[in-house]
Parts: sequence; structure tokens; C-alpha cells
Amino acid sequence: MESTTTTTLLQGTLDLLILKSLVAGELHGLGISRRIQLISGGTFQVKPGSLFPALHRMEEEGWISSFWGDSENNRRAKYYRLTKPGRKQLEAETRRWGRISWAIAQALEAS
Amino acid sequence: MPLFVQLRSFFRNLFSIRRVEADFHQELQSHLEMLVEQNLQAGMTPGEAQRAALIELGGVEQLKEQVREQRLGNWLHSILSDCRFALRQFRKSPGFASIAILTLALGIGANTAIFSAMNPTLFAPLPYPRAGRIMMVWDVFQGSRSDVTFHTFRELTSRSYSFESTAALEAWRPTLSGANEPERLEGQSVSTDYFRVLGIPPALGRDFLLSDNAFHGPKVAILSNALWQRRFNADGNIIGKAITLDGDSYQIIGVMPLNFENVLAPSAELWCPMQYDPTRITDLQTTEWGHHLRMVARLRPSVTPEDASKELRTVANSPVPDFPRAPWASMNSGFFVNSLQAEVTRDVRPALLAVFAAVLLVLAIVSVNVTNLLLARGSQRRAEFAMRAALGASRRRMLRQLLTESLLLSVFGGILGMVVAQLGVRALLLLAPPDLPRLSAIALDPSVFAFGVVITGLIGMVIGVVPAMYASRRDLNAGIQPGAQRIAGGHQTIRRALVVAEVSLAFLLLAGAGLLLRSLQHLLAVDPGFQPSHVLTLQVQTSGHKYDDGDARRRFFTQALEQVRRVPGVSSAAFTGLLPLRDKRDTLTAGTYGAFFEKDQRGFDVFLYDVSPEYFLTLGVPMRRGRSLNDRDVASAPQAVLISESLAKREFGDDDPIGQRVHVGPLDRPWYTVVGVAANVKQTSLAMTDLDAVYITPEQQWFADDAMCLVVRTQGEPLALASNIRSAIWSVDKDQAILHVATMDNLLAASAAERKFVLALFETFAIIALVLAAIGIYGVLSFAVTERFREIGIRSALGASRRDILALILYQGMALAVMGCAVGLLAAALIAQAMTTLLFGVSRLDPPTYLAVILLLGLVCAAACLAPAWRASRVDPMVALRYE
Repeated sequence: MESTTTTTLLQGTLDLLILKSLVAGELHGLGISRRIQLISGGTFQVKPGSLFPALHRMEEEGWISSFWGDSENNRRAKYYRLTKPGRKQLEAETRRWGRISWAIAQALEAS
Repeated sequence: MPLFVQLRSFFRNLFSIRRVEADFHQELQSHLEMLVEQNLQAGMTPGEAQRAALIELGGVEQLKEQVREQRLGNWLHSILSDCRFALRQFRKSPGFASIAILTLALGIGANTAIFSAMNPTLFAPLPYPRAGRIMMVWDVFQGSRSDVTFHTFRELTSRSYSFESTAALEAWRPTLSGANEPERLEGQSVSTDYFRVLGIPPALGRDFLLSDNAFHGPKVAILSNALWQRRFNADGNIIGKAITLDGDSYQIIGVMPLNFENVLAPSAELWCPMQYDPTRITDLQTTEWGHHLRMVARLRPSVTPEDASKELRTVANSPVPDFPRAPWASMNSGFFVNSLQAEVTRDVRPALLAVFAAVLLVLAIVSVNVTNLLLARGSQRRAEFAMRAALGASRRRMLRQLLTESLLLSVFGGILGMVVAQLGVRALLLLAPPDLPRLSAIALDPSVFAFGVVITGLIGMVIGVVPAMYASRRDLNAGIQPGAQRIAGGHQTIRRALVVAEVSLAFLLLAGAGLLLRSLQHLLAVDPGFQPSHVLTLQVQTSGHKYDDGDARRRFFTQALEQVRRVPGVSSAAFTGLLPLRDKRDTLTAGTYGAFFEKDQRGFDVFLYDVSPEYFLTLGVPMRRGRSLNDRDVASAPQAVLISESLAKREFGDDDPIGQRVHVGPLDRPWYTVVGVAANVKQTSLAMTDLDAVYITPEQQWFADDAMCLVVRTQGEPLALASNIRSAIWSVDKDQAILHVATMDNLLAASAAERKFVLALFETFAIIALVLAAIGIYGVLSFAVTERFREIGIRSALGASRRDILALILYQGMALAVMGCAVGLLAAALIAQAMTTLLFGVSRLDPPTYLAVILLLGLVCAAACLAPAWRASRVDPMVALRYE
């Protein structure tokens, strides 16, 4: 139940983070959640309860595609990679996020 | 590109959901294994690693459900799976499902059938282009509406600007002769623009032209499609051909379209131009100055009926020399303008609205009943709902599941309901009084079907909402615990309230049916003023040029009467110009004339009966004073008149009116001398207090009717003599039409046909309501007994006798019945006002009716309570205490 609330809080942000984590190359679910933790300096821990619904939704949107491959330990795992619309989406999301964070920062600086 | 991906996902989710599910399951498995591995590398023991990974992953089923809810097309998929699940539920409890579906089918079917009968009259516009603009215009005479005269029609048509077209019309009943045997037809004689006012031109040939309507103009006729097919084999070359009507040759100039509905005279099969003479306007004795035309008119765009009414009043108040007026057509009181739609439905509107309200009550009871069933089932399924919630079903998801179930029930009910409606419409058409307007338009057409679909959907929602709210808000733990059944939920209160509602709705319908029944009883107990049994009635219509002369007509009727009297089994026979209780619409204005007594010259309207002297003997109308008419009252004798008791009373009080002189009809007629007083006879209907009547012999009438009614008192069954009587008349002249053969008893019954129709519907609905209310009480009580099983066991273990327990449960049930009756009584007192126009001789608060309803409802409810109460009283305390 907790993860659900996190998801709703991070709606949009989570998509952005997942897309960003896949820029460097294809990853499986656990890989994505590790990478997000890594690139966010440990701030974001994405639980499976938020991760999988987001992954499946984004796949159906056509931003990412999936395939079964072998993991580092020769285990079968499902990998995700960024698609062309996904890259566009990432750019759009990044711009949008930039605007929002700039605006929030402005708002907080104003006294 | 993304659209394509989305579509692919949508269809994959829809059609290969198993593979999608399996794929995700595998993904989760591999994820879990990787988590375990990661934990092992971090130095945990295998057990710890497994445990930590599982915690990290969270509830697998909940996770799956969350992903499912994200999927494209999930809504469709889950609706389908909801439906599948609902169907499984129905199969699991076929008793519940079939009772609910049958109940719903009954409600939806009855409503759809009744709506189909109401729709053409109450809601749908008449089948003419811009039908709302078609108005009827009535002259106002002595404060009440009256037909217009031809000259009035002419003046309004030429001086008024409110209408784009106007038309006058009257009945026309020609006899068609030719190759086949002669047939009398129903038709209308109309002015030029009749079909233009309605907005429907002939399908074949041409419409009437101004030249057709000239005085002594060409004899032309337009046929209805039905007549064209029936008598002329749908001959495509019929235009221009001649047919023989009343011995004259008429040229057919047009045929109306198949779907043309003539609401002003539904049985009319042909039309001719009325060809009145506009020139002799100063001669007040002509038919052109008689009040016998109906007037219809089509408003110009943007003119309202009120505008038209105002404008007509202006015309009325400014006479011009071109249009002199007769004293009885002075237009002093203005005109009454009303839409054709309102006119057509005027008489039946209150009855139809009452029936519609009644059937809506039935629908309400049906909904309440099924809601109750669903609530009862909801409490049986409490554990199931709790389990689903525990497995991750959101509250919204469960609400939707329950609403799907109730909608599905309603859809099945609706489908079956359409079958019920089909049967219902057939039954309605069989039962319906023949003068119900637009009878031919009653059918399950698309608008009726749409109505059925809409109420099916609404009912599905309505019955589902309360049970769904209740079922979905149970807390998990309480539901799963064994023995949770015992905890009587708050929804028992709701169920009881619903039963009270059901009983009170049934009360309303029973009270309505009861009041109508009592009205009918009162009506049929009314003395019509004559002895109706063993009387045969029929109408004889003369036609052909040999009867152009009034004396020839009188001669024919006298000879025919002679022949009829000789028929064995006939006690007496008489002709009359007016027959009591026959076809009220026709006689509403026909047969009334202005009259005044010599003593004060104050005018009034009377029904004028021209009757052969044996009329009073034949019908059994008692004489109150003086003598009856007799064979010596011929044309050359002093003019004699009988007056009705009501007229004598009003004009003379207790004084003797014999010898007083009265004037009836045209002003050039000599005075009639009152020779006797006859008992009052109901003319138009049993329910109405009629106008006064005067009786004269046909010889002393100024005008010889071309159609007379024959009344025959017979020794045996009247209808058995019908064919002999017919032959007797035809022995005088075999070409004369004989119509409307019926016994007087039939006419009496037919005069109450509309009331009987409404009563039959109310009774049907009331019985349905009674049964449903009984089922409702039975259901709630049975359930209560099951819930209180243990408690009852404890009570009897502590010494309560079987009688105590019987009383306990009976009391519980009857309390609901009493509350229902109280609410019903209150509601009935409030809304019975709406029924007042349908009642006759009984107050809307008639105590015997309400008492009977309370008694009946009480008995039925008690019967419904008895079975569960009996079962409770048989509870073995040992079994009850061990029960779990």
C-alpha cells in the first residue's frame, strides 16, 4: 500500500527517471531500480509496486520496448530499451521538468 | 508509431491475455530471484535473503492487480470478466437469478407495453409535418364549445390572417354500389384545403381544388389507401375512373398514402368536397347556417394559438356587411382555439396518465423487490467480498463488479421484458376500447424500444447502488471470520424499510383499483331510464335517388317497421332518430336543437328524438304524466311533444306541463303542445347528466332523417332474431344498408368500456404489486429467522413456548405490513386527488375501499409471514445452539 502512495506522489517524475535510466542502454527491472538509485544519489528507491505498473504502462504507450534476454548471472530476465518516441518523450519531459524546477526555485527564493 | 503500438497492446491484452499474464508472472519470478541473489551477495543467509526479497517485492497478487489496472483496454477486459463472473454467480444460484430476472421482465415489459399505448396519444406528435401548428377552432355557444356553421367558417377563412390554411369537415356516409354488393362507407365531406391543413397530399392523383368545392361542382372523391386496396385491388390506373356512391357517379381524383393517419376520423375511407352554397347567406333556414362543421386550421409560422385566438376575437367583434350573421352564429363569445393533439387526446388523457402512473408504481415495486433480493444475497456473499478485498480488489473495482451484476440482471430482465411487452401490446389491443385515439399507431416501434432500453439501464443502476454500497464497505476481518453471518448488519433496517415501501406502493395500487372498481359498480348501477334486456338495436341507412324525397324515406321506414313487427319472436319495434348510449362521439353534438317554451321564450338546448309511437313501450321508458305519442300524431294532426321529466321539473317544478306550448328547431315550425312527460333516459353516457330531451313522431318532424335506428324488443335472445329482422327490412328494399347490429346490453357495456379497460389494467398491476409485496415480506422474514436461529434456540431453551416464538416472528412481519399500510394510506390520501376525474359516485377517500384494501393487504401479508414464523416455532433448541 505504501508504494502506491509513493507512485502517486512521483507521477511523471518516475516516468522521467525510468526513461533517463535507459538512455545508456537496455536494463531489466531490477537494473532500472538500481540505476535510478545510483543516478539520484540514493534519493529515490523505486519499489516493484511502483516500478512494474509504470514499466507496463510506458511499454503500452510505446516509449519503451521489452524483450527477454540473459542477465549478468545467465538468468532469463526481461529487458527494457528506449524507443524513438521514448527519446522524444524524454526530451519533452526533461524540458518540462526544467521549467517546473526553475519555477519552484523561483517561487521559493521569492520572499 | 505509438498509436500502432498502443493498438497492438490493446488487442494483445484483449485476445491473448493469458500470455501477457504468464509473461508478467515470469518477469516477477526472475525479479524475485535476482533480489534473492543480490541479498545473498550482501551476506544474508539463504532464508533471510528469501524473506527480505519477498518483503521487498510486496504482495504479488496486489502487484499483478495494479499492473492489470494500468493495462490498455483493461476496462473492456474487466467488464467482460465482470460479466463472466456475474454469469457464473447467476448459474451458482439459479433460483435467485430467475426470480430477479422474471420480476424485472414483468416490470420492464409492463412499462414498455403501456408506454407503447401512451406514446402515440400522450407524447409523440401527430403524424403530420409540423403537427404542433394544426389547431381546431370551435365556436363558443352559451359558454361551451360548439361546431361552426359554414358561413362562420367562410368568414373566418377570408378575414383571419393567423392561418396559412383552414378547412371544415363533417361526416359523410355514402353507400358504394357497383359490381360487389352495396357497402356503406365511412367518409368525410371536407372543404378544399383539408389535406393541406394536415400537410399530407394524396399519393396518387391530385388534391381537391377550389373549383371542386363550388356549389353544384363536379362529383369527385379521394380514396384512402385501405379502400383502394380492398375494393379496387390497388388499381394503379384508378385516377379518372368513376364509382357509384348513393346512386351518383363520382370521379376518383386521388388516393391517399398508405401511412396517412386520419386522426379526426380514423375510420373514414373516402373524402368528397362539401360544396356548400356561399351565396344564400341571408337565408337563415339553410344547412349552411347549421352548427355542424368541425374546423381545423394550420397556424402560420410564428403565430401562437393565443395570437390566433385573440385575432379571431377581433374578427368576431368587427362584423362587416359582406358577412351578415345569424343570431345563433353571432360570434359574440369569440372562439376557442386548441391544438389538434390536445383535442384528439382530450377524453382519454386523465385515464391514460393514471394508467401510466400505475405502471410506474409497478416498476418501483419491482425495483424495490429486486434490490431486496440483492441485499439478501449480498449478506450471504459477505465472505466472498471480504476475500476479494483481501486479494487486492479496490473498492471501486468491487462496486463495479456488483453494478455489473445488477445491470446484467436488468439486461436479461429487459430482453425477456421485450417479449412480455410484445404480449402485453397484443393484450392491450384486444382489451382497448375501440374509441381509444390513434389505436392503429400502437406498436413496439423504435421509440418504444428505446424507452425499454432506457428503463432497463436505469433499473440496473437503481437496483444495484444500495446493495453495492453495502457489500463493498464491509471490513475484511469481520467478513472472513466464521459465524459472521450471525452479526445482523445495519442493512436489515434498509431491507425492512424497502419492504415497508413495497407494501405502501401495493397499497396505492390496490386503493386505485378499488376506487375504480367501486366507480364501475356505481356506474353500472345507474338506471339508464329504460329496460335494456332483450332489446336488439340496429341502424338502417337509406341511399339512392329514390329516397331523395323525405316522404319516400318516411314511407320506407314505416313499411320496414311493419315487416319487422311480423317477425316471429318480436314483441314490439320502433324507429328512433337517436339511440341512447350509441357511439358517444357521434352524438355529442348531433341531435341537439335549440328550443323555448311559449311562456317565457327563454332558449335552451334539447336532444330531439323523432320516434315512432311504440318507442316507449319497446325500450320500456316509463310515462310520468299525460299520454304517450300514438298513431294519430301524423303530419296533419296537432303537433304533439313529449318532454323529459328533467325538463318538466326545471321549467314547471311540480306544476303540470301538459298543454304548454314549446318551440323546437326551425323558427317557421308551428308550436308543439306538450301531451306527456317521459322518464329521463341517459343519452351520451351513464356517467353524465344529460341535456333534457323532447320526443316527437317522425311525421311531425320538419326533416326526414335518412338514417334511423331500429329498436326491437324480443321474446328470446335478441341476436338470434337479427338475421330474420334484416330479411324483413330487405323485403321492402334490398339495397338499403343495415349497420351497427347490437343488443342494448352490449351498448350499455360498451359505454363503460373505457372504464373497464382502465380498471382491468389497474387490477392487473395491483395483483402484481400484492404478490411482490408478499414475496418481499416473506423474504425479509425468512432471512431474519435464519439470522436469529441461535437467538430463537436460546429463547426456547429458556422456556419460550412455540406460540411465543410464532407471535414474535409474526409481530415482526406484521409491524412492517402495518407501517406499509399507514404510509400507503397517507400517500393515497395525498395523490388520490389526481384520480378524481376517473371516479364516479365514490369519494377519493371512500372508507369501504380503504378498509377492504387494508384487510386484503393485511391478510396477504399475514399469509406471507406465517411460513417463516412457523419454521421459527419449530426450531429445536439443541440444534440451534450447536449450529455453526
